[in-house]
Amino acid sequence: MSQGQNSSERILIKGNEAVAFGAVDAGCRCYFGYPITPQNEIPEVLSSLLPENGGQFVQAESEVAAVNMLLGAAACGIPALTSSSSCGISLMQEGISYMAGSHIPGVMVNMQRGGPGLGDIGPSQGDYFQAVKGGGHGDHRNLTLAPATAQECYDFMFRAFALAFKYANPVMVLGDAIVGQIKEPVRRVAPADAVSPEALAAMSKDWRLEGFGKRGAGASPRLLKSVYLAEGALAERNRMLMAKHEAMKAECAWECVDVEDAELVVVAFGSIGRIARSAIRQLRAEGHKIGLFRPITLFPFPEEALRAIAPGRRFLVMEQNTGQMVEDVRLALFAQPGITGSSVLWHGIMPGLFIGADALRDPMLQALKEK
Amino acid sequence: MSVQQIDAQWLPQEGETLVFDVNPVLNERHTHYCPGCHHGIAHRLVSEVLHELGVADRTILVAAVGCATFTYDYFNVDGLEAPHGRACAVATGVRRARPESVVFTYQGDGDMAAIGMAESLHAANRGEKITTIFINNTVYGMTGGQMAPTTLLGQKTTTTRQGRDINNEGGPIRMAEIMAQLDGVAYSARCSLDSVKNVRAAKSAVRKAFDVQLQGLGFGFIELLSGCPTNWHLDPIAANKRIAEAMIPVFPLGVYKDVTAGQEAGEAGRE
Repeated sequence: MSQGQNSSERILIKGNEAVAFGAVDAGCRCYFGYPITPQNEIPEVLSSLLPENGGQFVQAESEVAAVNMLLGAAACGIPALTSSSSCGISLMQEGISYMAGSHIPGVMVNMQRGGPGLGDIGPSQGDYFQAVKGGGHGDHRNLTLAPATAQECYDFMFRAFALAFKYANPVMVLGDAIVGQIKEPVRRVAPADAVSPEALAAMSKDWRLEGFGKRGAGASPRLLKSVYLAEGALAERNRMLMAKHEAMKAECAWECVDVEDAELVVVAFGSIGRIARSAIRQLRAEGHKIGLFRPITLFPFPEEALRAIAPGRRFLVMEQNTGQMVEDVRLALFAQPGITGSSVLWHGIMPGLFIGADALRDPMLQALKEK
Repeated sequence: MSVQQIDAQWLPQEGETLVFDVNPVLNERHTHYCPGCHHGIAHRLVSEVLHELGVADRTILVAAVGCATFTYDYFNVDGLEAPHGRACAVATGVRRARPESVVFTYQGDGDMAAIGMAESLHAANRGEKITTIFINNTVYGMTGGQMAPTTLLGQKTTTTRQGRDINNEGGPIRMAEIMAQLDGVAYSARCSLDSVKNVRAAKSAVRKAFDVQLQGLGFGFIELLSGCPTNWHLDPIAANKRIAEAMIPVFPLGVYKDVTAGQEAGEAGRE
């Protein structure tokens, strides 16, 4: 699994390449995708890595085809992946909704670029709503993981497949042009909580398609579908999906940095979370009581954890869009006594801009002053 | 719903010769199709072929959207549902994930030749080892009789009320001929379900479309001209007559490509 690497060895690769290595090491055996910047290293690496590891790589004719190939392969219980960026992910929403409706564990990576529309190829967090609110038609949710480093790009592929198979549900890894293109040292070693490919296979044995002959004498054919026409049947299906979304809350993950004595807590995810951390470190060194709360799962949103640190603190949401995650932060915090609109500030970085920690310093200082 | 055991009462009694077997690949249940519809015949042919080939227990059906949405209720094999038009892409994923399986899609003219044209042609061009059963009845059945890519010129549908006009809607698309042009296609044929003779020919063509998959030769395509009495507003006999008199001249029957024959037949016969 670790390709002979020991835990002290690190390789210098891009976040996108880390996704590809992580996927294969986590057990992914099928990839279907269509090229789009800024995530092209994912299919490029997998086009050789998968066949070398006994897997299949198909460059699809479109994102629509790619996600439906994913649907077919994942329905067979094989860990399968697609990746794209923003406008490509929009095209995939049809298949994502069908996977959610049919209980099929597809994994997709979205290295976001600026939008809406064709936008640009710079970084953005503008697909937050689309990722965490379902994105496709009908009532569904995708488990959404937000990596901030190339190492997390690698590690989160293990988590993505484990969660997808655990809940038989689509999982989206939501990165952006920065985390996809950044090149940094990565340990190609399975994380401690990795689920082995054998365990993934065991998790799929009750639903996967393989031909009934593989399931022994007297086995019944299986059917994976999302259509429920009988009166009340779809209601029952959606209640089951709702219960599944509720159960996913057990998977909430987040990171807290310097929040113990912080007066102001910055809430930021992915690349912006990482850039915010650099700015916070500087401000800390100058004596400001400021900390960071970085959601790692965007759905389920770690609202309980955020509420737990709320008393006596104010919050500043920073994200690279025109105001999306801030809505979930407010939903989470306004249930907390004493938290009001003035306690939750927001600073947006516009999609397509490459910013550094310096650009976040002034808004943080301003928020520290606004008591 | 396991593969049915054949009840003793159906087995040949003394003095009887079995000429028509119970087919365990097709479930014993009433279908939702309209009277006179040819889906039942197409299902029967495909299930007989799967039974004769002995591959039902490793077959995965990719059901499409349209009248054949519920195909999986009738075939006694593992199945899954594809979004409208995407069956060939889904089947690609299935076959790539399980190379040992036998995979087929069952699609109507809207599904394959309109919304799913890209997925259909590209899967065929890649030579995916799948078989596609394409039901051409020149109309959208499930949604209530709208124009299909295969609708004949002059044909009245709920969205071509004055008849299909080549200047506004284009002409009927001939899929068997298009498929035959693609390198990945091992077999492409058009048959008809309007007569006993044509049904018999269709059976061997369906068999061939699966044979090329089993031999790993490439994509198997079979177009079946079928009746839709309900949306044609014809009785079943008149619908059969329409296939013979109006459809076959526009959609000539024949084998358009067969790599096992060493040469192509039909009008597209150029290697």
